[in-house]
Amino acid sequence: MSMCAPMNSAGTDVSDRQLANSQLGSLEYDPAPESAAIAKLKPSYGLFIDGGFSDGEAHQQFATVNPANEETLSMVAQASSVDVDRAVSSARHAYDKVWSKTTGAQRSKYLFRIARLIQERSRELAVVETLDNGKPIRESRDVDIPLAAAHFFYYAGWADKLEHAGFGVNPKPLGVAGQIIPWNFPLLMAAWKLAPALAAGNTCVLKPAETTPLSALVLAEILEQAELPPGVVNIITGDGVTGAALVDHPDVDKIAFTGSTEVGRMIQQRTAASHKHLTLELGGKGANIVFDDAPIDEMIEGIIDGIFFNQGHVCCAGSRLLVQESVADEVLRRLVRRVEQLRVGDPLDKNTDVGAINSAAQLLRIRELTDFGESEGATRYTSSCALPQKGYWFAPTVFADVAQSHRIAREEIFGPVLSVLTFRTPEEAVAKANNTNYGLACGVWSEKGSRTLWVAERLRAGVIWTNTYNRFDPTSPFGGMRESGFGREGGRHGLEAYLNV
Amino acid sequence: MSDARLDVRKTYKLLIDGAFPRSESGRSYKVASTKGAFLANAAQGSRKDLRDAVTAARGAQAKWWNATAYNRGQVIYRLAEMAESRRDELAEHVALAEGMNSRTSQKTVSASIDRMVWYAGWTDKIAQVLGGTNPVAGPFFNFSIPVPSGVVGVISVQESSLLGFVDAVLAPICAGNTVVAIASEARPTPAALLGEMTSSSDFPGGVLNVVTGLTSELAPVLAAHEDVDGLDLSGVTTEVGDELAALAAGSIKRVYRPHEKESDSSLRRLRAFVETSTVWHTIGQ
Repeated sequence: MSMCAPMNSAGTDVSDRQLANSQLGSLEYDPAPESAAIAKLKPSYGLFIDGGFSDGEAHQQFATVNPANEETLSMVAQASSVDVDRAVSSARHAYDKVWSKTTGAQRSKYLFRIARLIQERSRELAVVETLDNGKPIRESRDVDIPLAAAHFFYYAGWADKLEHAGFGVNPKPLGVAGQIIPWNFPLLMAAWKLAPALAAGNTCVLKPAETTPLSALVLAEILEQAELPPGVVNIITGDGVTGAALVDHPDVDKIAFTGSTEVGRMIQQRTAASHKHLTLELGGKGANIVFDDAPIDEMIEGIIDGIFFNQGHVCCAGSRLLVQESVADEVLRRLVRRVEQLRVGDPLDKNTDVGAINSAAQLLRIRELTDFGESEGATRYTSSCALPQKGYWFAPTVFADVAQSHRIAREEIFGPVLSVLTFRTPEEAVAKANNTNYGLACGVWSEKGSRTLWVAERLRAGVIWTNTYNRFDPTSPFGGMRESGFGREGGRHGLEAYLNV
Repeated sequence: MSDARLDVRKTYKLLIDGAFPRSESGRSYKVASTKGAFLANAAQGSRKDLRDAVTAARGAQAKWWNATAYNRGQVIYRLAEMAESRRDELAEHVALAEGMNSRTSQKTVSASIDRMVWYAGWTDKIAQVLGGTNPVAGPFFNFSIPVPSGVVGVISVQESSLLGFVDAVLAPICAGNTVVAIASEARPTPAALLGEMTSSSDFPGGVLNVVTGLTSELAPVLAAHEDVDGLDLSGVTTEVGDELAALAAGSIKRVYRPHEKESDSSLRRLRAFVETSTVWHTIGQ
């Protein structure tokens, strides 16, 4: 393709890399690591059921490791189906005896307390999150934790205002909600699930992801501190078997799941013949559409943020860049240069841009798909950054010359890998953006407001960012169309998932 | 002479632009309990004090509205935290001012703090409940957002010295307005205390201004002031309210007049001082 002819000529490419490296050299920072001791992790954690921690009935435990160095952080309990039953019974009892009789104003005040306690323990939570997940401390400190607190703060305000939420008079909760969350934003996803559920008057059984259980367990401590009545929230750790037991439990009224489309499909099948309400927030293959009149500096930063934020472990990541042909060469040249400048390494270092891949399994999947990218004929640019010896690492990568049929253009990689495609007209951009089974998020970059709205109207995606990307706010509904799932989290709309309306 | 300690008595001052001045007029008036015992001297605000307060409120309004709704909610919630930590002091004043026993006054303080929490939760929901998109028949993205009226004058209810005051001032403030409030004439100290608490809860100066004094002297000045956008007439009789409402018409003020019985979940007060701003944006390639 024409856009890549100059890039493939070694001269341009090499000189750009040399420029990037020399700039990097002159801007070298001293290490600025946050202390891991701030996390105050315990050697092991039990299950949080009925207001306290207890061992699982089978006394089975598994290790949760720091993906940046493969060291064990802590041992956590593997909840069995007996434990799941105990957690659901506790939630049911709390719903019947306490929470359904607690006024909205009281629920509101509990949620405000939780929000405040998250703010007070934010530094500890940020370090816990970075240790367990591998994400840069800058992101856990500035995004995950403050947003989690803000989510509780926002839904705290709804608990006593449900009659004004637009779902009819006297809206009622569903009952017991089973909530299964992923490993990419562990505490934030817990907040997205718990805050609206509790505001609406439900009780909860939350299962954090197998590889990132720790921040949810600190949250359990916070719930104790807030004196939330026992059983209103139960937090049980475990793997997919635990999740399946929760999904199948007959006394659960609602399942909320965030994770892969593959597992989401299975959950929908397993609950299809039941009374259970269901919301799914699944995968994505977000298109970031760049028109030739977009402001280039902001747009390059937006593309970088759209795909490399959180190592690309973001369901709404802008993993497909659709760039208008007339500016494609320039955009790719600058992107590759910017990728060279990303600082990859110790997630606890405050200057790190890209941290560790969350698990060995995820790293394997990213490698498999990127190998496919090369064998299917795309042109690969991978950052020459040095990677640590231990831990799970993948250097930021951009593929040019990607066709719509390539696996790297169709499948969710969930890693720091960007696929670049081109288009000529707005119609073609929309057609290519919609050429996916997913429909979670898209970006549109153009100085022309009327055009961004024209494109937005036609995109089949639940969230559309114009001239920005990866923005999240508790007041703004988030969720997908098509195989990216159904139901919304955040905003007034997020209440609907937990109300019997 | 006895060794009994002589207590240090407090003068209750005005709150204007985040500062606590005496009245520029140099006047004060005696505040008594319902049983007639001397409670305190309060500043007797003047026409000039009110004008200064309006200037301060006008100066603070853009900054307050431009703060994020989330931030405004945090600030109001902080006020609830402050009030909770000084609840005994508030309860004592409410008890003396309104002639309640301590149990009832504690309940009133609890209700007032819960009201602050209620409003803290509204700041980022007003737009979602009162605003929305409009499906106009054409290639336009059309949406309406509620925006604050501006500076709101509150003539606070005379009887309910704390709960009534909280409701009257926080509703417009939570919607992004700034407020000049005339406190209950005979029972001004709970309002003055609340004003003090705003200065330690991250309220920018000028967002809430509290003037104590004689309602009959101050209310017409506020009602006629050309730079006041809205007026809450809760603290005057229907007859006086009619006169003040007519004065308010001089600069087309939005006027809120209380209903006999207002439910706690009514949005009347929130809606009273917001305007609807509608944006048309073209859609096309």
